[in-house]
Amino acid sequence: MADVLITGVSVLGRPPTDLLLRDGIVAEVGTGLSAPGALVVPADGLVALPGLVDLHTHLREPGREDAETVETGSRAAALGGYTAVCAMANTEPVADTAGVVEQVWRLGREAGLVDVQPVGAVTVGLRGRQLAELAAMADSAAAVRIFSDDGNCVADPRLMRRALEYVKAFDGVVAQHAEEPRLTEGAQMHEGEVSARLGLAGWPAVAEEAIIARDALLAGHVGARLHICHVSTAGSVEQLRAAKARGVRVSAEVTPHHLLLTDELAATYDPVYKVNPPLRPERDVAALRQAVRDGVIDAVATDHAPHTVEDKECEWAAARPGMLGLQTALSVVLDVFGPDWNLIAERMSRTPARLAGLDDHGHDPAPGAPASLTLVDPAARVTVDPTQLASRSRNTPYAGMTLPGRVVATFLRGQPTVLDGKATR
Amino acid sequence: MTRHLLSAADLDAAEATALLDTAAELARLTAGREVKKLPTLRGRTVVNLFYEDSTRTRISFEAAAKRLSADVINFSARGSSVAKGEGLKDTALTLQAMGADAVVVRHSASGAAHRLAGWVDGSVINAGDGTHEHPTQALLDAYTMRARLGRIAGLKVAIVGDVLHSRVARSNVLLLHTLGAHVTLVAPPTLLPVGVDAWPATTSYDLDAVLPDCDVVMMLRVQRERMDDSFFPSTREYTRRYGLDTARARRLPEHAIVMHPGPMIRGMEIAPEVADSPRSTVTEQVANGVSVRMAVLYRLLGGA
Repeated sequence: MADVLITGVSVLGRPPTDLLLRDGIVAEVGTGLSAPGALVVPADGLVALPGLVDLHTHLREPGREDAETVETGSRAAALGGYTAVCAMANTEPVADTAGVVEQVWRLGREAGLVDVQPVGAVTVGLRGRQLAELAAMADSAAAVRIFSDDGNCVADPRLMRRALEYVKAFDGVVAQHAEEPRLTEGAQMHEGEVSARLGLAGWPAVAEEAIIARDALLAGHVGARLHICHVSTAGSVEQLRAAKARGVRVSAEVTPHHLLLTDELAATYDPVYKVNPPLRPERDVAALRQAVRDGVIDAVATDHAPHTVEDKECEWAAARPGMLGLQTALSVVLDVFGPDWNLIAERMSRTPARLAGLDDHGHDPAPGAPASLTLVDPAARVTVDPTQLASRSRNTPYAGMTLPGRVVATFLRGQPTVLDGKATR
Repeated sequence: MTRHLLSAADLDAAEATALLDTAAELARLTAGREVKKLPTLRGRTVVNLFYEDSTRTRISFEAAAKRLSADVINFSARGSSVAKGEGLKDTALTLQAMGADAVVVRHSASGAAHRLAGWVDGSVINAGDGTHEHPTQALLDAYTMRARLGRIAGLKVAIVGDVLHSRVARSNVLLLHTLGAHVTLVAPPTLLPVGVDAWPATTSYDLDAVLPDCDVVMMLRVQRERMDDSFFPSTREYTRRYGLDTARARRLPEHAIVMHPGPMIRGMEIAPEVADSPRSTVTEQVANGVSVRMAVLYRLLGGA
């Protein structure tokens, strides 16, 4: 393992310094460092951030390798500045056994671009009837700590209560896809003025908010941890704020697309804008942004959801919901919040690493810290070209948009996964 | 006029009025003639691409195209691409390769006509997309109002029934507003969409209160299946509150007309005596549909 000497970098916006990465940790920090034989990475004008951690990624493998694989998704992640991603369980077969989560974990190790931390299903087959063998997944090599039926809501309140209670035994957390299914049958987009005009069946905000309210009460009742996936409405923010004020151990994430895009985009009828939960009106976007600043929302998570061309080049109602996110997340967050590096590190690295129990991640570059970090050129502006993305799929909603920031290099435990904006493997 | 007719919102007042005038002129030219054909679109190809059964709309477009001497290809694509999650784009490319000058599309998915317009070079005419729009229906309704009442601006129009799921209602609200009419949507609250407040129309839950001040009452079809999804408790209760029976029809002003886009469910949203009364324009709407669709084809295909 070669040493890496990063010169002239601004750690989180501070004055330029050098970083020496050795044996997987940040060995030295200071100006004028030298290290014979080290790979020197000139980083004048670049900002160093702790490697980003994504709580919510769909890698599609096993089952839909035509849309994404662990390897292609890992590459997209590294190019986006990530050093760890949590791989959602809705694969085929579902990641509801120790065998499947270990397979995904092993594929991640083989790809070697980011740490792939599998999320386990809460219920067998994501069907919401019977708990999956949660402890077996926790005890497996994948050491699963986050459990989610993402894509489906654990709608049965009794089953949700049991899941919340059960995972306490191994400090697990249930990540809820908050969507009351009876209120969203056939739903295609946010229910409001735009859905009324477009004649698309509405997904009411209350379907999300009601589940968050319920589950926060349940988590409080049984003293369990609860995480809410992809929060999308102002009302959800209010539910979270109230639950946190009561002392409930609830955390929440928001996606970059819910921080930037609105439901007006559905007027194109282009399913690249179809996502679940759906894009919401401006008023919700504003509330979500404020909640990220306030900390009511703890993390930004991509919900990176690759889909094949044929699953998107069709009628809106026939299309699968979801959009790519790994390679554009940091730029979107920079666009929304500006170069508030501490906020970005907190919401995209430190907090998600802590929530996921990924102790090797989420540490600011400092002597002795694990050397998983990313270097960003904040002055760059990049126009998103779907054909240039590392993902196997092309369903980015940002095609043609020019966004600030470019990931120049990423290091995982001291080794470069991205250099000069290109993946090293 | 734009290349496509996807939404009634594509038309401004001048364009909509020009279309109605063209329809009237075409009706006059063919009225009473033994041979109803005009040579205008000779050599042009119009494809009727119907993903949903709709005999009346398809026949209307077919008659319109044939009266303008266009070649008509009926492409019935039942079984629907929606079920398979594929197909519409491939069909579009096929039509493109066959050199279709216009594609008339009926589809169960809202926005299908918009998607198609992105994939073909010819004109796309939306003949009904899901619960979104049906712009030629709105044009023929406006034509019928103008023919019966002499104007559209200032008319008070009540649209009654399943507004939530109605493409006819959406297109009519947009077009009638453009042409200066005042629209009131009348339905039980469950059958009005959330967000209807942003439409250029007023709403009411009380049909009896609205009727005495109407120039036009347009009844929408209400499917019995809606009852199973709790939009209303029973057909009997729906009919009692929102059905246009003979007693209710007597509340209308003398001159008011009763419209229905068809197919009607007699005894549900409209009583047979009202549907067949002199106020009713149901059969005129069908006849006017052909003229209006001729006008749309004529203007979109440039008439040359």
